[in-house]
Amino acid sequence: MIQPLSFQDMILRLHAFWSAQGCLILQPYDMRVGAGTFHPATTLRSLGPTPWNAAYVQPSRRPTDGRYGENPNRLQHYYQYQVIMKPSPDNLQDLYLQSLSEIGVDPLAHDIRFVEDDWESPTLGAWGLGWEVWCDGMEVTQFTYFQQMGGFDCKPVAGELTYGLERLAMYIQGVDNVYDLAFNAAGVTYGEVFLKNEQEFSKYNFEIANTDQLFEGFKNAEAECQACIAADVPLAAYDQAIEASHLFNLLQARGVISVQERASYMGRVRDLAKGSCQAWINKNADQWAQDFPEWSL
Amino acid sequence: MSDFLLELRSEEIPARMQAAARETLEKLFRKEMDNAGIALDEVTVWSTPRRLALIVRGLPKATAAVNEEIKGPREGAPPQALEGFLRKTGLAESDLSARDGVLYAVIEKPGRPVADVLAEAIPAIIRAFTWPKSQRWGAASIASDSLRWVRPLSAIVAILGDQLIECEVGGVRSGFVTRGHRFHCPGEITIGGAGDYAEKLRAGHVIVDHAERQDLIRAGSARAAAAAGLVMVEDEGLVIENAGLTEWPIPLLGRFDQTYLDVPPEVIKLTARTNQKYFVCNDAAGKLANAFICTANIAASDGGAEIVAGNRKVLAARLSDARFFWEQDRKVPLAQQADKLERITFHEKLGTVADKVERVATLVEWLASEGIVPGCDPALARQAAQLCKADLVTEMVGEFPELQGLMGGYYARAEGLPDAVADAIRDHYKPVGQGDDVPTAPVTVAVSLADKLDTLARFFAAGMPPTGSKDPFALRRAGLGFLSLIVSNLLRVSFRKLLLETGAASDFATLEDFLIDRLKVQQREAGVRHDLIDAVFALGGEDDLVRLLARVHALQAFVGTEDGTNLLAGYKRAANILKKEGVESTEAIPLSYTPEPAEKALIEALGAAGPRAAEAVAAEDFAGAMAALATLRAPIDRFFDEVTVNDADPAKRLYRLSLLAQLRDAVHGVADFSRIEG
Repeated sequence: MIQPLSFQDMILRLHAFWSAQGCLILQPYDMRVGAGTFHPATTLRSLGPTPWNAAYVQPSRRPTDGRYGENPNRLQHYYQYQVIMKPSPDNLQDLYLQSLSEIGVDPLAHDIRFVEDDWESPTLGAWGLGWEVWCDGMEVTQFTYFQQMGGFDCKPVAGELTYGLERLAMYIQGVDNVYDLAFNAAGVTYGEVFLKNEQEFSKYNFEIANTDQLFEGFKNAEAECQACIAADVPLAAYDQAIEASHLFNLLQARGVISVQERASYMGRVRDLAKGSCQAWINKNADQWAQDFPEWSL
Repeated sequence: MSDFLLELRSEEIPARMQAAARETLEKLFRKEMDNAGIALDEVTVWSTPRRLALIVRGLPKATAAVNEEIKGPREGAPPQALEGFLRKTGLAESDLSARDGVLYAVIEKPGRPVADVLAEAIPAIIRAFTWPKSQRWGAASIASDSLRWVRPLSAIVAILGDQLIECEVGGVRSGFVTRGHRFHCPGEITIGGAGDYAEKLRAGHVIVDHAERQDLIRAGSARAAAAAGLVMVEDEGLVIENAGLTEWPIPLLGRFDQTYLDVPPEVIKLTARTNQKYFVCNDAAGKLANAFICTANIAASDGGAEIVAGNRKVLAARLSDARFFWEQDRKVPLAQQADKLERITFHEKLGTVADKVERVATLVEWLASEGIVPGCDPALARQAAQLCKADLVTEMVGEFPELQGLMGGYYARAEGLPDAVADAIRDHYKPVGQGDDVPTAPVTVAVSLADKLDTLARFFAAGMPPTGSKDPFALRRAGLGFLSLIVSNLLRVSFRKLLLETGAASDFATLEDFLIDRLKVQQREAGVRHDLIDAVFALGGEDDLVRLLARVHALQAFVGTEDGTNLLAGYKRAANILKKEGVESTEAIPLSYTPEPAEKALIEALGAAGPRAAEAVAAEDFAGAMAALATLRAPIDRFFDEVTVNDADPAKRLYRLSLLAQLRDAVHGVADFSRIEG
């Protein structure tokens, strides 16, 4: 029996695989985000006609999922492996399945299925069609063909893969508790690296975070985003949209946003994301049209 | 004659869309063939997650030649008209023939090779295909008008006899090549034609006939359950869904930890079914067993041991979440949960759920203390009402909204509340639509009725009734539930009084009409004629639905008898005469002449039947009222046979009209027969 891959070796294998497929191997975006999709390498780069292939790990924060380190498979901070390929290659499903083989999932011993799951991000004004990929009944990847981003049609369509790294690793290593995962092959566990983070950040997210300052921060990020849009620096504007989105998530975890207010806050974040996308398009559309005469907005 | 095969292979089609896709494919194909004049018998359509296939036997080689006759100008029409017609048809004047003064041209349309027709039809079908949701993909999607399909379309196989039908759509060209099972047979398979298609795919680990896969799943899971000494809980929707997720289905039974059976069985079933698409099993005693059946899409090298182990782990994580919710929720008494309802908006114009709960509690107490719901304890009813929505803020209902009510019932029982309260919390959403059980326990009836009453009154008072097909607040369902509760439980109350008691408005004319309309819909299902309901409502003043329906039932029984039919005919004849003569009210006219025998008989019958019917109605003996009316049938028939109403003597004429008016009154004491059809 071959030793199953450690958490970090799994990431290295995925990097090597997707690099060989022509993807840029990027680093995580240096801001707090809820999912790999928020990285501008996906959000902004999925707009416009320029081909774009990239893969990266993105730490993702979901404050409401915190369980103080006591739940074996729920975390407020975890890792997604994100692949974005534009235009979506015809063999994207095959490439994905090869990547699973690379990290040790044998498709003749495990039941791999593509189950309908359409993706929508109300805060990004984005949606796509695709599947959640099941491995023996467990969702291990979200597979999406982006149709719209920031309210704009994706032309051409990008294919997006989002692997849940901890879940996959637990599966490959046969481990029932995320904290027992082998982080490397030399005996360091995931728990040694992250258990304290989960304990402290669960406490912070649910109990400590100063809600007045969060509300204030939200307003500031919103104003800053709008100022950046006006100043025609869409990348900087988008950073502030991400910031506002995360502060909103924290406010949710603190339970201070009522059901009625929730929709309104989500609308405000969506406006920021859409405005940033619009500014990004405005800034680049002429060049795109010049480089790709068959393209139009 | 040749057989034709079409396969449209794509990335995985959502299971729920496959049945409609098969219908669409057949419909579009038939339409294209019909346009080309090709008659079809049976068309076979199959689907798997990765392909739609269509097979037609015995297509001709060519379409039949047809002569099409085109109507031209009249004979002797101006020369310009004739010239124009000849130009248009490309014919000479000598080709035309005249019939009835009009010139006709006959255009011969030669037959076309069916292969050509198909080559045009296939791209047309693909472009015209409608999916509930479709997408663009790949490099071509740089253009807005690129091909759309449910998921990327990968390949087309189109073979007539053994000949390839060459066509292309959205960059996908037809060929002989398909692929088998994604993992068992990933290479290319060359298809010879319709004859070897299914068998070649079977060799490639694909059962292309969805019905066969469904059979395999049904039989295989039942067998797996039986082998474990259990009985599979049948679930046809799940059979179809699993057949839509697999090309080579293998049912596998696994066990989960016995201790999870502490969680309510409805929760286990729901999470197994919705989240994991597993069948569940009962033990010999009919209780839920700690087993699940998943449907794998491969014949695994190890017989499925790893697959079962993996699925067991996923189910365990889900059940562990469910048990966590079950335990957490029970730590908080429902009364305390109910406090959180202030945070949930019922509707922006109608306040929070907490506001609604308080209104319902007040109504329930009133229903109980007024004796409108007999045997209902006011205190218990109030308690049940105050707690009935508390489970909406529990973790379990947050995760599984379908379990609202049910979980509240479990939690109420777990904290030791009286059964009447727990049952009322559990069942107060009932009846959910026609055919659902209607509650009978008094406290449940009261809470359920008050909940629906409040919803109806508030939404209508706020000017938000259902319109056309739009009923976002499910008010039609609430209306039916409201009526069922009253009718089934024989609640003796004016429904107008109930509406007013809500205090939501002082006038409910729209809602009353809506409810009467709902009543007709509901009663139609029970075989009650809507015109009879109208006939009783038309008398005005009747708002006791139980009494109303008792009268309608008696009326329906009566008009179904020979006496009833004839009396109705006699009534209608009388009413027509009265209408023609403009007699609207009934005046007592003294008898100033010696009546004919038939006339005398009617006078006597009316004298007896009128008061008898009125008495019976007052005593709510509607069958008795109908029987009283029945005694009028023979006298009225005889009267019309033997007596002339329109007598030359004005005294006789007036008196006889007053007799007919008395008949009308007597009948109207029971129902407005003018509303009855037929």
